[in-house]
Amino acid sequence: MLELRDVSAGYGTFQALFGVSLKVDAGEAVAVIGPNGAGKTTLLRVISKLIDTTSGEILMEGGRVNDIEPHRVIDLGIAHVPENRRLFPRLTVEENLRMGAFVASARAHFAARLQHVYELFPRLEERREQLAGTLSGGEQQMCAIARGLMSKPRLLLLDEPSAGLAPVIVQRIFELVHRLRAEGYTVLIVEQNVQQVLKVVDRAYLLEVGRIKASGRAADLAASDDIRRAYVGI
Amino acid sequence: MPIFDIYLLETVLNGLLFGGVLALLALGLNLVFGVIDVVWICYAELMMVGMYTVYFMYTVYKLPLVVAFAIGILVVAVLGVLLHVLVIRPVLNSEPINQLLVTGGVLFFLQAAATLAFGVQFRNLGVSLPSLQLGEIYLPYSRIFAALTAFVAMTLLYFFLKKTYLGTAIRAISQDRAIMPLMGVSPARIYMVTSAIGGGLAGLGACLLVLQYDVHPAIGLSFGPITFLICVLGGLGNMVGGFVAAFIFAQLISLGGFFFHIEWGYVMAFLFFIVMMFIRPQGLLAKKS
Repeated sequence: MLELRDVSAGYGTFQALFGVSLKVDAGEAVAVIGPNGAGKTTLLRVISKLIDTTSGEILMEGGRVNDIEPHRVIDLGIAHVPENRRLFPRLTVEENLRMGAFVASARAHFAARLQHVYELFPRLEERREQLAGTLSGGEQQMCAIARGLMSKPRLLLLDEPSAGLAPVIVQRIFELVHRLRAEGYTVLIVEQNVQQVLKVVDRAYLLEVGRIKASGRAADLAASDDIRRAYVGI
Repeated sequence: MPIFDIYLLETVLNGLLFGGVLALLALGLNLVFGVIDVVWICYAELMMVGMYTVYFMYTVYKLPLVVAFAIGILVVAVLGVLLHVLVIRPVLNSEPINQLLVTGGVLFFLQAAATLAFGVQFRNLGVSLPSLQLGEIYLPYSRIFAALTAFVAMTLLYFFLKKTYLGTAIRAISQDRAIMPLMGVSPARIYMVTSAIGGGLAGLGACLLVLQYDVHPAIGLSFGPITFLICVLGGLGNMVGGFVAAFIFAQLISLGGFFFHIEWGYVMAFLFFIVMMFIRPQGLLAKKS
């Protein structure tokens, strides 16, 4: 579904990604793991065109994404749930969800999508009139994911959904990732919480200082000594 | 009822009507600032252009007043978009002081251009509406019409911002500009739409003012500073704050004029502004942080 071929990118003179290649097949959940500053967030930002590639190619369902305008990426069926959730704090929960359905193709299905995400997150329906800035951290993350789902994406990009949340909430977020995959969404998730994320994805890539250092089935990576020592803390 | 109280009541009612118009003027400026983060210092000069447009459409081209109004609104809306594209967009990422200066430059440009084109004489639309008589109180219909129109426009804008996708995006963009593309929103397009609405509101303001005031190249100076101060008093970008501040200003001017002299009304309003800047520099309704 999504393929990156030898992608490099950076900010100004700082290069963050060096020739990264990866692939996500339809129906898969794939994780990109790695330490802080490895370029994981940059990777997702490149895919949704928030920053440009300096070289390499990005393909979505066979079509080149490189030259597309940033606000057109969502039309390709890609939804990006950004780092730190980035809800609109002074809009209500439902207004945030409306923003997720801004594109013309999504507006027509707004009511149905709203029902769908409220089924996934009953808590959000209870809080629909509440300002997003007043939600708890876990609720905000759910709202951010729900906002991403409003456009009925085929590929969901999740950037550190577990960051800054209490352990019990983290647990629920990962269960949710599992559930989204079961519902047929293709998921590319970036996480520092290696141990947990490897339990819910099919495959993973290890990104270090802007380069892919290892990749494979999640179970194999979880069992690999290098990764266990460096990231799982055993 | 003693005569004194009736005049006082009339003054308060007139202040309310005036407040409605000021609130509308402040709304356009606030909307643009809230979304684009740039103050249109030349806002009242856009209005001046609108007033001239209505004046010429009505008196020279003999179009019906309603059509002249529609053209006036349209012209200023287009002017708002041009202002954004030609003047503001190039300095969008530079220092705020530069942004202030370029729109200040446009102020003097429009004023000078109007003087060259139309001369300095005062022009009057020549429409005189009667006054509504309520007992011994007289309220000019032009003011009632202006205030009612302002309220209708503000209500429509409220529902637009609250209920539509585009309106929601306009409110959202000031909260997080960087992620708007992830929602499929092009910030450049939202800025254009906002500039058109801001210009349209200035155009509507022009229609309401041209019924009550003569047009001349410096008419902007009568309304620009007060509109700006109302926005600052309410907290720049805070539309509700601007609404409240407009009525306070209008009432101070109206009552000051009643008890002393109309010029004293303005002195009182500006004095109030200065004092409030010490007490609540973030604006009337701003939360203390």
